[in-house]
Amino acid sequence: MNEIFDVAIIGGGPAGLSAGIYSSRAKLKTVILNSGSFGGQVVLTDEVANYPGVEQTKGFNLAAVMKKQAKDFGCKLIGNIEITEYHLNDEIKKIVLSDGREIKARGVIFATGGRPRLLGVEGENEFRGRGISFCATCDGDFFTGKEVVVVGGGNSALEEAISLTKFATKVTIVHQFDHFQAFPAVIDEAKKTPKLNFIMESRIVKFLRSEKLEAVEIEHITSGTRHIFKTDGVFIFIGYIPNTEDLKGILPLNDRGEIIVDSDMFTGIPGVYAAGDSIAKKYRQITTAVAEGTIASLSLAEYIKSKVKIFEDEKNLVVG
Amino acid sequence: MKMLRTSLHEIETSEELKKLQEENENLMVCCGRMGPMCIPVYDIMEELEEEYPHVKFAVMAFDNPEAAIIRNDPACRGFMGLPFTMYYKNGKTVKATTSIQNRQQITSILNEYFQK
Repeated sequence: MNEIFDVAIIGGGPAGLSAGIYSSRAKLKTVILNSGSFGGQVVLTDEVANYPGVEQTKGFNLAAVMKKQAKDFGCKLIGNIEITEYHLNDEIKKIVLSDGREIKARGVIFATGGRPRLLGVEGENEFRGRGISFCATCDGDFFTGKEVVVVGGGNSALEEAISLTKFATKVTIVHQFDHFQAFPAVIDEAKKTPKLNFIMESRIVKFLRSEKLEAVEIEHITSGTRHIFKTDGVFIFIGYIPNTEDLKGILPLNDRGEIIVDSDMFTGIPGVYAAGDSIAKKYRQITTAVAEGTIASLSLAEYIKSKVKIFEDEKNLVVG
Repeated sequence: MKMLRTSLHEIETSEELKKLQEENENLMVCCGRMGPMCIPVYDIMEELEEEYPHVKFAVMAFDNPEAAIIRNDPACRGFMGLPFTMYYKNGKTVKATTSIQNRQQITSILNEYFQK
């Protein structure tokens, strides 16, 4: 690929797609490179009810519209790729893909997002889809008339637990702390929901199964006591980890692996910006990701404009 | 009635699935909904259509009563996560997976069972 893009965006979630919409609409030649399919974590959200201007929608619908907007403005989208090398220090940045293709661009925006955190308990991956799930919307009806456990204490865990009560006869939330981190309104709703039970200050240490999941071993964290808890399924919602493993030594990362940026989303490397769930920040919402993608795009556009001006000034100087 | 919004061929009846199995040596069918675990698999299949011309790619709506032919396939016993993804060789089920799969997981199955 010999063409040089103005903007290369790594990641196709709300931050990356917003950056793509703004950059391509500003007539900057833009490409979004995404390791999986487009949409990011938002496709895992069932109902989105707090995105301003959109009364209520499905997460995957919102992502699909963002993707279409970026495409309609002329943004090139390349999905399911693997990046093997980054060369970010030169004026023209180079990104090498596993199939040997090289993507060149004047600036790069990292919007690599995050992925669901796992418990790290043996059998977790092996029994995915056979009793262990990460999506109540998708798999809830397989547990109609059954008993399930939900792990986590944030908004996702409580909201998904509430939605699972439509199917399951009993939903038990297992959470490591003595309090929930979800918004107060969500906690109130969870506490009022019949069929919801709570096991606090506890964690799952073992999945007990034959052909399918049959029970979990739960440990009370402070006392260390353990007991076997029969269940037909476990839904895990314990937050996200940033997709930045490949960026160690390339971008400034904090001890949690999040990309460090300033208020312009600038990483400290000329022409390199970052946005979305992979950056160091307090709140992780679709709206914050969209805002950061916008800021990164505008900041990078300004950087590119300044570079073009320097180039034009130099050209005039030579000519004059 | 078609229920899935993808560019892949959507199978609507069990008879149609059987016909596709007869007509195609290698057939991959993703049986799911328009949900977060299924859409990424459809997207990957759309991309793989060009790369694997010797494989027929299709989808079937999980909520279509005719999809019982997949839901009741013995290879899907114990499956509790969408989508159910089926791989057929000469009409026989050679592999079935449950829940979301990434591109690498899918291509490794295609390469193992559906060699060119």
